[in-house]
Amino acid sequence: MTLQADRRREAYRRMLAIRAFEQALPRCIAAGEIPGAVHSSIGHEAALVGACMALRDDDYITGTHRSHGHPIAKGARLAPLMAELMGRETGICKGRGGSMHLADTSVGIIGESAIVGGGIPLATGAGLSALVRGTDQVSLCFFGDGASNQGVFHECLNMAAVWKLPVVFFCENNLYAATTPALSTHAQPDVAKRAAGYDIPGVIVDGQDLEAVHETTHAAVARARRGEGPSLIEAKTYRFDEHAIGIFMPSHCRAAEEVERYRASRDPLALYREHLLRAGHGDFELSGLEREAESAVAEAVDFARKSPHPDPASVFDHLYSNPIGCVA
Amino acid sequence: MSTVELTYLNAILEAEKEEMQRDPRVILIGEDIALYSASGALGKLDPRRTWNAPISELGFSGMAIGAAITGLRPIVDLTIASFVYLASDQIINQAAKLRYVTGGQVRVPVVFRMSMWHNGANAAQHSDRPYPMFMNVPGLKVIAPATPSDMKGMLKSAIRDDDPVIVFEDNDLWGRKEAVPADPDFLVPLGKAAVRCEGTDVSIVSVAGCLPHALAAAGQLAREDISAEVIDVRSLVPLDAATILASVAKTGRLVVVDYAHRTAGAAAEIAAIVAEEAFAELRAPIQRVTTPDVQIPFSPKLERPLYPNKDKITAAARKAVLSGEERGSWPVKSYFRSGAWESTKARS
Repeated sequence: MTLQADRRREAYRRMLAIRAFEQALPRCIAAGEIPGAVHSSIGHEAALVGACMALRDDDYITGTHRSHGHPIAKGARLAPLMAELMGRETGICKGRGGSMHLADTSVGIIGESAIVGGGIPLATGAGLSALVRGTDQVSLCFFGDGASNQGVFHECLNMAAVWKLPVVFFCENNLYAATTPALSTHAQPDVAKRAAGYDIPGVIVDGQDLEAVHETTHAAVARARRGEGPSLIEAKTYRFDEHAIGIFMPSHCRAAEEVERYRASRDPLALYREHLLRAGHGDFELSGLEREAESAVAEAVDFARKSPHPDPASVFDHLYSNPIGCVA
Repeated sequence: MSTVELTYLNAILEAEKEEMQRDPRVILIGEDIALYSASGALGKLDPRRTWNAPISELGFSGMAIGAAITGLRPIVDLTIASFVYLASDQIINQAAKLRYVTGGQVRVPVVFRMSMWHNGANAAQHSDRPYPMFMNVPGLKVIAPATPSDMKGMLKSAIRDDDPVIVFEDNDLWGRKEAVPADPDFLVPLGKAAVRCEGTDVSIVSVAGCLPHALAAAGQLAREDISAEVIDVRSLVPLDAATILASVAKTGRLVVVDYAHRTAGAAAEIAAIVAEEAFAELRAPIQRVTTPDVQIPFSPKLERPLYPNKDKITAAARKAVLSGEERGSWPVKSYFRSGAWESTKARS
């Protein structure tokens, strides 16, 4: 199903927001405003937004350590996300989560897991929960090519298939698990083919093509909502930056020409902009959206900078929902 | 209050049955649970309330966590406690941490149940008592009830709690019976120890299934004119330090009894708390009666002598009482009270 004009605009707006958000980070890191490491989603925008545009607001998602793109793709406000990266009290996780855990439950995110593969059972369980509660919600699980080598991936595909759970397993295959090429760790290169072992649909899609990702995800979501069970989607994508910024990692694990080739010819924003122009959107309209994204991120950075740091005395807050003490 | 005679094992089933009837959000997931539901022991339930899972401990434990975050209150039956290691990534990295890393955006009301099999010639991979490992994980609650009433009341409290709770059962206790309150709203709070018998000479703090041995030891000690107070901790996290400290303040002597291995066990933590908080009250060194740091062997001749029992507890209590008397009351208390402690501090 193709997106309508207003949904195309919204998709482009979310892709731009992810790009501008990520591009603002190196400066903040250099200024000492963002502690720790960040994992950039640049290059993944079409995969993330294409998938989320196929979901309803009340559908669930889980994400990964590369967690900034998921909430933005699902429609989260930027300011609490940026404040979280700066460790502020106004952050979406009140400064407790940081870059690898940007979960905003108000848009249906139930977890961003920094343990590779950790979100897979959470998403599968959310699907089970929807089934038990009798809603028609769908749960979509983002994970990477690296996570598909975790045992829990196979456990959950099997259980979701056996119990026909409303789950979409969505692999962002960016070809590298941190620095290790998937080609050296997967017995065959296509994650989607693993679906055959569980007798569920497994589809490969061009992760740089937003409309293609949306169409594929839309079909999988519709199938899940009809009660016909899970699907596995593999979006072939690419991260334009190194695995992480702000942490010592042996960089340049990929050939410079390979990275350059993706940046020059497989940039999901450039590709979608061309698509939008062909679909009749004007350059003026698109430039306006691009400026808006820049200023929205600038506002988010400003909000974060002006926000208070958490009070050290509050460090135990949110450890328990029901923090029972021992009665003397 | 009307009661019904229940075994420890049936108390578990009753608690699950009552909570599943009371609250449609409670579901059961785990291996071989079809036996319960198929036999009708849980009553008439929608089949969507019980999930007989494949051998995928990590997967179904994580699914229960995902279901808990999205509105259900799952009970995960991990059967034998040694299997919890397979599920431990999801329990430790997700269940325990999700509320904190999301800044309180989610609640994780999930219960993980497992039984500690030991003294049954099940050898090293079916005989662990892993509660100390989980005491070291902030964000979890860890309980180890030792009587049928506590099992029923605490398991029900755990199911109604909004945080992840690990329930360690002791299979040595399965067959033990007592009159258990029949009221479906009978709850035993988490985080509160129970004084099982009062005494004045020595405090015996018992963890999990050590309780029958601790009570038997107290009986033996009474015949020797030693008055032992037995405290059943019941809840390891939160730990009711206040009840333990109050008892030590009275007796001046502490024996901690714990089925777990000795190093960094529950007994070690309890001993450390008392050493930190009540050193001045102690009249004798703290004694630990634990399982030594060795794998659980298959042969009953090798296995049985490893665990805490009445004789070991009695001997430890005697040692504490006698060492205090031999020294004419261990000098620590008078040392602190004389003010020497303060002058030492001032010098350093």
